[in-house]
Amino acid sequence: MTLTIQGTAGTDAASTEVAVRLDGVSKQYGKGASALLALDDVSLSVDRGSFVSILGASGCGKSTLLSLVAGLDPLTSGTIDTGGHRVSLMFQEAALFPWLTVAANVEIALRMRGVGRAERKKRAAELLDVVRLGGFGKKRPHELSGGMRQRVALARALAQDADVLLMDEPFGALDAMTRDILHDELERVWREQRLTVLFVTHNVREAVRLGDRVVLLSSRPGRVIEEYPVGLARPRRIDSTEVAELAGAITDRLREEVSRHGRA
Amino acid sequence: MAAHDTVTGLDALELGPARDSGFADAARRVWRATWPKVLAIALVIGVWQIVVLAEWRPIFVLPAPLTVWEELVDVVPTGEFWDAVALTMGRAAYGFAIAVVIGMLIGVAVARFAPLRAAIGSLITGMQTMPSIVWFPFAILLFKLSEEAILFVVILGAAPAIANGLISGIDYVPPTWKRVGRVLGMRGFALYRHLIIPAALPSFVSGLKQGWAFAWRSLMAGELLVIVPGALSIGVRLQTARDLNDAPGLLAYIIIVLCVGIAVDVIFNVADKSLRRRWGMLQA
Ligand SMILES: Nc1ncnc2c1ncn2[C@@H]1O[C@H](COP(=O)(O)OP(=O)(O)O)[C@@H](O)[C@H]1O
Ligand SMILES: [Mg+2]
Repeated sequence: MTLTIQGTAGTDAASTEVAVRLDGVSKQYGKGASALLALDDVSLSVDRGSFVSILGASGCGKSTLLSLVAGLDPLTSGTIDTGGHRVSLMFQEAALFPWLTVAANVEIALRMRGVGRAERKKRAAELLDVVRLGGFGKKRPHELSGGMRQRVALARALAQDADVLLMDEPFGALDAMTRDILHDELERVWREQRLTVLFVTHNVREAVRLGDRVVLLSSRPGRVIEEYPVGLARPRRIDSTEVAELAGAITDRLREEVSRHGRA
Repeated sequence: MAAHDTVTGLDALELGPARDSGFADAARRVWRATWPKVLAIALVIGVWQIVVLAEWRPIFVLPAPLTVWEELVDVVPTGEFWDAVALTMGRAAYGFAIAVVIGMLIGVAVARFAPLRAAIGSLITGMQTMPSIVWFPFAILLFKLSEEAILFVVILGAAPAIANGLISGIDYVPPTWKRVGRVLGMRGFALYRHLIIPAALPSFVSGLKQGWAFAWRSLMAGELLVIVPGALSIGVRLQTARDLNDAPGLLAYIIIVLCVGIAVDVIFNVADKSLRRRWGMLQA
């Protein structure tokens, strides 16, 4: 099953560059009788600078998809082309290192890229400003709230100088108010830093609130079953009727897909 | 601007008010940590005094607490005493330091190479359960009655615990941190330097603490069994006191051994606590 998620397929190649292209990607865990086909023939291309939400029931292979794009796991078949873009990955847990200060957690990403000490300090401070945590560099991760920790993780991802950001349910563990605010913040950073974002979630409204497009995955095996362009003007509100309307339609489709497994 | 206010407002709310811990607070904390210990000591001395008063054993075999206290006051200021302490502590520090180096090398090697783990992983745990005193006959055969014999057993006692602490620390590095490490491009030595070793630190520190306890026990056993000519250690003083039927002197040195053990334990606990506080594993 192939689906191209870009409006300008083949027509205006000069103005829209593809940042990430997946071609017939499959991923199988294990071998023989216990083998599990997590992803089956997924093709997808993501325009540079776009924000793509990937939606699917739990266990449908969303995390698998992101770790393949990040190059953390080998593919079973197919190809993934990130065209030389730097890719970073964020998880549901901020996974900051508790033995480092907040600033040092950002600096470590710079250090791994070989950035010098003085430059690291300066750049880390700038990046903490970007996520509005300017005064918090000297704190320890445990002294921050969950939402603040996730913003530090975002700063750390930016420190990798990545222009493709993969996010695996990054706000799944946060309360609704904090999540709303982080949606605004992420949208702002995405624009300011000209990022390409692949945002995985199982929350339909969140997918619609953030995405230029919403890609719906089926479960077992994970395939692309539907794509929804989101034409709504930004900034959007997660509780607006427009978002709710589209989210409703997508939820119906998702339910249909999930209940297919009940019948089988 | 409005969005900015909401973000900082929420941050401020979630962090709660800043607490300042004043002098009174600190004093109360120290008192709370101290009084149970004072009570415990008072209890022990009380029971001891009762047993002495009941004349369960003759007074020259089991002296009263006050007699032992006077002996301590006599002994502690002497040069002899400090020579003994210096000699014993020197042996302990030297043996422990070597054990730390060996334990770390073995720990990293075992954690890193699967075949090595299969071969000697359970051996290390087995060694740890062994009372190190059983090594002494062999050590004396190997090294005669020498410093090396004592050192050998001290190291054998401490190194397995230290290696094990490091191995379990490395084994239980949370997978999400390892994934972050890979995302950040950590590989080889950098991975160990920036992720594995710091992440394994709490477990390593408890391994050190346990290793120290084994080293100290092995050393005391060693000083009683392996009398090196001319080396007047704490163990030799204990032995001499026994030979002279000097019960107060014997008890005085036993109390010294206890105090050293407690003092080092306090040091390890302080290190452990400050680590946990920085990690947020402890309510400060
Ligand atoms: N390392 C692995 N080994 C075996 N099976 C795995 C592994 N990782 C994921 N899976 C399986 O692959 C499927 C997809 O998992 P995942 O990508 O985590 O789904 P999602 O993120 O959408 O919840 C699940 O059925 C899961 O059990
Ligand atoms: Mg997942």
